[in-house]
Amino acid sequence: MTTHTRPIALGPRGRLAWRRIVSSLLHALGLPFLLLGAWGLWSTFSANRFFPSPLTILGALADTWIGPAFVEDVLPSLYRLAIGIIVSTAVGIAAGTVIGLFRWLRELLEPLLEFFRAIPPPVLIPIGMLLLGITDTMKVVVIVSGAIWPILLNTIEGVRATDSVMTETATSFQITWWERLWFLVLPAASPRIMAGVRQGLSVALILMVISEMFGSSSGLGYRIAYFQRNYLIAEMWSGILLLGLVGIFLATVFGLVERRVLRWYHGIREVERA
Amino acid sequence: MPDRSTLLRVEHLRKVYETGAGSVEAIGDISFTMNTGELVCIVGPSGCGKTTLLKCIAGLLPPTSGLVEMDGAPVTGPTPAMALVFQEYGRSLYPWLTVRGNVDLPLRHKKLSRAERDKLVTDALEAVGLRHAARSHPWQLSGGMQQRVAIARAIAYQPEVLIMDEPFAAVDAQTRADLEDLVRELHATRGMSILFVTHDIDESVYLGERVIVLSRSPTWVQEDLTIDLGPERDQVTTRALPRFTELRTHVYEQIQRAKRGEASAPRPTR
Repeated sequence: MTTHTRPIALGPRGRLAWRRIVSSLLHALGLPFLLLGAWGLWSTFSANRFFPSPLTILGALADTWIGPAFVEDVLPSLYRLAIGIIVSTAVGIAAGTVIGLFRWLRELLEPLLEFFRAIPPPVLIPIGMLLLGITDTMKVVVIVSGAIWPILLNTIEGVRATDSVMTETATSFQITWWERLWFLVLPAASPRIMAGVRQGLSVALILMVISEMFGSSSGLGYRIAYFQRNYLIAEMWSGILLLGLVGIFLATVFGLVERRVLRWYHGIREVERA
Repeated sequence: MPDRSTLLRVEHLRKVYETGAGSVEAIGDISFTMNTGELVCIVGPSGCGKTTLLKCIAGLLPPTSGLVEMDGAPVTGPTPAMALVFQEYGRSLYPWLTVRGNVDLPLRHKKLSRAERDKLVTDALEAVGLRHAARSHPWQLSGGMQQRVAIARAIAYQPEVLIMDEPFAAVDAQTRADLEDLVRELHATRGMSILFVTHDIDESVYLGERVIVLSRSPTWVQEDLTIDLGPERDQVTTRALPRFTELRTHVYEQIQRAKRGEASAPRPTR
């Protein structure tokens, strides 16, 4: 009986795999394309000039950002964003580890950290402009002042919550302080740290734009505000689209790094689910 | 045996935990000695402070009073002369390291060359039958195999005594029998001194050359029993011996007396 059913059973299975790929693609891209289509249809009949058709915006995207604007606006923005992310991640993890390791330091700093975290970072822009002028440093400081908190607080939590048996194991084998930090504390905290970095990235992107909208002469945020003031509506929308693309790019790069760093973590979860 | 020298001496060990609600006396007065090359099992009713005792011996907890001596020198903190195997293998191995990385980690601070370290790790993995799994991660292995990794880590550390805290309490019965035989084998072929804590009476009699029966908390040594079953032991034949049954019945009764609190008060210094 099996000899008869096997070829028949294999056929649908191969087709099933295909169908699954197609259906997951449809699921992922279907709704965006449907919305785009609806938008395009609507914009051709509507007289509202604030919502140009998707094709106009795509055209504007190519015309506006490929060329000198890429060097004058996109690159400086990305540069400030990159520096901001690197500084927040480095300082957030380093400070979070130190604060997480020492209980007295944690108790000393916790109320202060809660207070600083509660301040909306954009209010630092006027202060930054006073102290640092309209400079790259000011913008990076604003990005860091917002993006660092999720990283810092998650690192503190992660470091603090190191498993007691793992710690006892390290103690009983007389593992040195540095080895303990590198092979126990940081890896154990890494899922929390990565969750913090993920939040930090989106905050950094928001603050990059906002810091450029206030008195600035370059950058994506500046350019979008400029287009808006000059009624260059399609160009404005194309800037927003570009920001979305930057966000997707960041998320993709983060996803790759995360999968590499947390391979063991995802592995355990897969084993537990199986 | 006459050529055996005293390796570990525990004298009048007492541990009192200070809590907010007052003090709790976990260990009353424990004294025993262990010789080089011996396999000693410690068994007691649940909640009798076995883990506390081990932590005090291993230098992870300071005793309230009393003395732990290793090779004649007092133990005041963790020492390279001891290696621990914990009950919770899942929390004792580091999931981000491979099997090899886990076994290698405690050797990093020892002043050894790369080649010497590699040899120790390979040898230890060989001893527990896990050479093929060196590149796996602990969570890819079964519970019994994970505990083998923890044992390999302890062997590679080259301690004078291997201390095992209810190491097989969380694995299934068949795996458990295999792991018990592994412990017997390490003791027999490598001459390792092993201090094995368990709540399983059969296990203690099957494994040990001596079984130390603890009373209930505050704990003292209720009996120090020599297990005269010979060096060659086998899961089937040894466990079927009348002498085995006698010994396990004896230990069982002792534990029951301990639970009821009928046993006599701590004896004076032996």
